Formats: sequence, structure tokens, C-alpha cells
Amino acid sequence: MRDEVIRWARAAVAVLVLAGLVVAPWVVDDYTTAILARTLALALVGVSVALLTGVAGMPTLGQTAPYAAGAYASAVLGSRISDVGVVQVAVAAGAGAVLAALTVPLVVHARGVIILMITLAIGELVVTVLGRWRSVTGGTDGLAGIPAVRPFWGLPALATDQARYLYTLVVVATLVGAVLLLLRTRAGLLLRAGRDDETRLRASGHRVPLQVSGAHVAAGAIAGAAGSLLVVAQQYISPADFGFDTSALLLLGVVIGGTASVGGALVGAALVIAARDWLFGVLPGQAPLVLGALFVATVYLLPSGVTRARGRLRPVTVPPTHQDAPAAREHATVPELRP
Amino acid sequence: MTPLLSAQDVRVRYGALTALDGVDLAIHDGQRHALIGPNGAGKTTLLNVIAGATTPQRGAVRLDGRDIGRLGPAARARRGINRIHQRPAVFSTLTATENIVVAALPRVIARRRWWPGERRRAAQHRAGPLLDQMGLADVAAVPAGHLAHGQRRQLEIAMALAGRPRLLLLDEPAAGLSATEVGRLVDLLRALPRAVAVLLVEHRLDLVYALSDTVTVLRDGQTLAAGTPDEIRTSPLVRQAYADGVA
Repeated sequence: MRDEVIRWARAAVAVLVLAGLVVAPWVVDDYTTAILARTLALALVGVSVALLTGVAGMPTLGQTAPYAAGAYASAVLGSRISDVGVVQVAVAAGAGAVLAALTVPLVVHARGVIILMITLAIGELVVTVLGRWRSVTGGTDGLAGIPAVRPFWGLPALATDQARYLYTLVVVATLVGAVLLLLRTRAGLLLRAGRDDETRLRASGHRVPLQVSGAHVAAGAIAGAAGSLLVVAQQYISPADFGFDTSALLLLGVVIGGTASVGGALVGAALVIAARDWLFGVLPGQAPLVLGALFVATVYLLPSGVTRARGRLRPVTVPPTHQDAPAAREHATVPELRP
Repeated sequence: MTPLLSAQDVRVRYGALTALDGVDLAIHDGQRHALIGPNGAGKTTLLNVIAGATTPQRGAVRLDGRDIGRLGPAARARRGINRIHQRPAVFSTLTATENIVVAALPRVIARRRWWPGERRRAAQHRAGPLLDQMGLADVAAVPAGHLAHGQRRQLEIAMALAGRPRLLLLDEPAAGLSATEVGRLVDLLRALPRAVAVLLVEHRLDLVYALSDTVTVLRDGQTLAAGTPDEIRTSPLVRQAYADGVA
């Protein structure tokens, strides 16, 4: 009964948040609307980080790589071939997926700190390539003047911040819905099982490397699609959008939100980006320090993340005869670093 | 008759330590085979070799006469070699039902069910009776990490059975169980389908003699003796080994 109430309460909160996001552009100014659109794009990358870190048990600092691949693919496509939004999102997702697929051999057998280092290196490598491949990427100057996108063939181009924000919101909501559905399938179940005990999963006959590769490519596609949304929101991109600070902020946001929760990743990434942008004006130069303190406080006080704080107050219902069972280990915010 | 599983001349070394040295083993369909011996005799290493978790430096492992030496643990599990680990290995954040569904899926997938969700539904159908059989029906929806040690052990056995094993490798299944739980475990293992062969590693000789029809004794990585429980019980070699400090 209590679980049912909590489920309805969560659904109600989600609907309220979504309603708030829909009406936001009529409440705030154009500048804030543009910031919100960019934050939504980054929050979607946060979802891909959560999919890898919290669900598949592969902590990552490299999701900016497929994010960048998607953004540049979308920007080049938008400038030279098509200004249709769905085409750009699809191509960006494909670019992110291809880049992720190319890096699968590097990450499929790595775990723990090693995978963090490898993914960090991949992210940095991509930023370096973007800075040097001037003929396509514009180098460190980036690409500017990207035409406004039109969502579908025959529709007008999105000329206002309000329209671009709503387009971004629709795409993010659609993709997050798809991820939530995916996690309810067999694939989601196996990913969670692999995160718990990869050796056991293998001993049950499952092809773990295939599953890990699939999660990596799917997360790459999501990050790539988010890159397309960044182009829509900013109409300008440069390698600076995909640096290490973005990777670190995304991981921080996902940790704060709760790694195993898609909603938590959205909230956490949005909070961190918003905090950074707000602190940038209020405490010039001190934003990283405050974010670091926020990270330490969250991990110490809410190890399962902000959105899972409720779980700390609600014991798992175990039948009376089993109350002497040893409690399970707390879900670590960052998955156990497996050897 | 070709044995279900055979290991021939298996040798495993860890640096200067020889864990197994020229060990032979044959298990036939439906046979209950026990491996006993002192700590460090090589029992778990041999189980690892059979399960595909350890690659021997020498020797061959065959299933139905076919060499499976190059196959990993997952491929061997899909061929019917399932394992119970020394410490219960379950998926702690998944419910007991989900644990069994995960374990059952490879066999369900092998039956080529293409309709979306059909595989998972088929695996779920298998979970209910297994949970009943193990006495875990009332904790079906509880995350496995919240179960007591004995329940996790029973859940792991249910997971192994969900994979429809042909050979079940049991590595000290009674470790850490209460007397009641051991009694239930014995009943459970006796009730296993006769088609399932069992390779049991266990220190408790009363369990070994109660459950097995063939016993192999290892010592220092070599086969000390092999025979029926009665032969092993009366073997002077084995008596000497146990007098020297075994279990």
C-alpha cells in the first residue's frame, strides 16, 4: 500500500516537473529559456552517464566524446545538407553510437579506475581532434551561424528561444521515456544483474561483453542525440563545450542525483549545471570550489543521491521470519570498483 | 560409454605452486560424484577448470566427448554446466524472482522465442515453482541482498536449476548453513532430477556419504583415491590422510 502511494507520489512529482518545464518559457526571460534548453541537452548526456555508471556499472568520464560527435555531425549536417530536426537527431545519435562502437574494444574488458582513465583519455582525445580538424570543425574557433532547425519537413524553422526550448524538451522527454522503457526490458534486467555480479552473470550463461558493448553504444547514441540538441540551443559549438570540466560536472550531477536513477541523473545534472551558471555570476571564480563542497556533502550525507534520499528512510519490506537477515550493502553512489 | 564430463591429466600451476597435477575425473549422466580432501588439495581449482574459470596448463576437459577447453564459463553454462559458488553469488539488488529469471534466460533464449517479452515471461513462469521448491515463495519480491545467508544459498541453487543443468557443480554448499538449513539442502539435493549429474565439493563427510555414489579424494593436487563411499570410508590411504589433519 505504502509502495503504491510512493509510486503515485513520484508520478505526480514527475508530471508537475514536466508541467513546470512546459510553462517555463512563458514565465522566465529569453536568456533563461536558452540556458534551460542547454541544460536539458546536458541533462540528457547525464542520462547516458547514469545508464553506464549506475545501471551497467561502468563509471565513465568520456560521454563528452559521443556528445561532441553528435553535436558536430548535427552542426555540419545543419549547415550543409538538412535543417530538419529529426534527421539531425538521428544522424547525431548515429554518430555518437559509431564513436562509442569504435571505442568498445578499449572499454569492454576494463572496469573500475581503469575505465575512468580510458574514458577520460577518449574524451580528451576527441577534444584534441576537434581542435585540430579545422576544415570540418572550425578548430578551436568552433562552428558558428548554424541555421535554425525545423522539427519536421514542412514546418517553420525554430526562430525563437522559446520554440527551440520546447523542441529540446520534447526530444529529451521522448528519449528519456525510451530509456525508461528499455530499462524495464530484459536488457535492463541483465544490465543491473551485471552491475551486481558480473562473474555470476557469466556463470549463468550470459554473454556479458555483448551486453556491456550494447550499453556503451546505446549510451553513445543518447549522448550523440543530446549533442544535436546543444546545437539547436546554442546555434554555435566549439571544443570548449566538451572539455574535461563538462565530463566532471556530468559525473558529479549524476552522482548527486543518484547513479541508478534516470530521473535522478536528469535532476542532478540540471542542478549542477544550473548551480555552475548561477554561481558563475554570484561568486566569480569560486564556482568549482562550491561544486566540490556540494559533491563531498552529497556523498557523505546522501550516498544514494538526492532523489534516493527517501530510500534511506524506508526499510525494505522483509517478511517477519527473515528479519534476522543481514542487511544488504547500501547501494554505493559510484558502483564498486571491480578488479 | 562416453562420460558426460571427463577431465584428463589436468595440471594447474600458480607460479611455484602446483594446484593440480595429472588429475583425471569422469562423471556420467545422473551420477552424484563428490570431491573431498584437505584444504589446498585442489578441489575448488578442479571445479574452476571444469566451469571454465581457470585454464589448465595441461590436460583436457570434455563434455559428451567434445573438447570444451577453449570455452569460457558462459559458453559452458549454456551447454549445461552450472555452478554453486563457495560464497553464495546472487544479484543483490534484484529480487529473488528476478535472480531466477536472469539465470533462466539463456536456456529460454536457446529455444528461439522471438515475440517481444515472451522470453522473459517464459523465464518468469519457471521462477515460481523453483521459489516454492526452495521455500522462498514469501521472499520472492525481496532484493536478494536482504536475504539471510541460507536463503541466498537456496536462491543460488534455484538459479542453477533454472538453467536446466546437466552437470551441477556444488562448491561447499553447506558452508555457513544452520542444521535446519543443511537438512533442507540434503532433501533438496536428493530431490534433484536423476538426469542431473552432480559434482560436490564438501568438507562434511556425513553429507558426502549421504549424497554421493562416487567419491574422489584429492591431496596435494593429485588423486589419492577414488571409489564408492563405502570403499573410501574404509580405505587405509584415506584414513591416513584424514588422520594427518584433513577436515
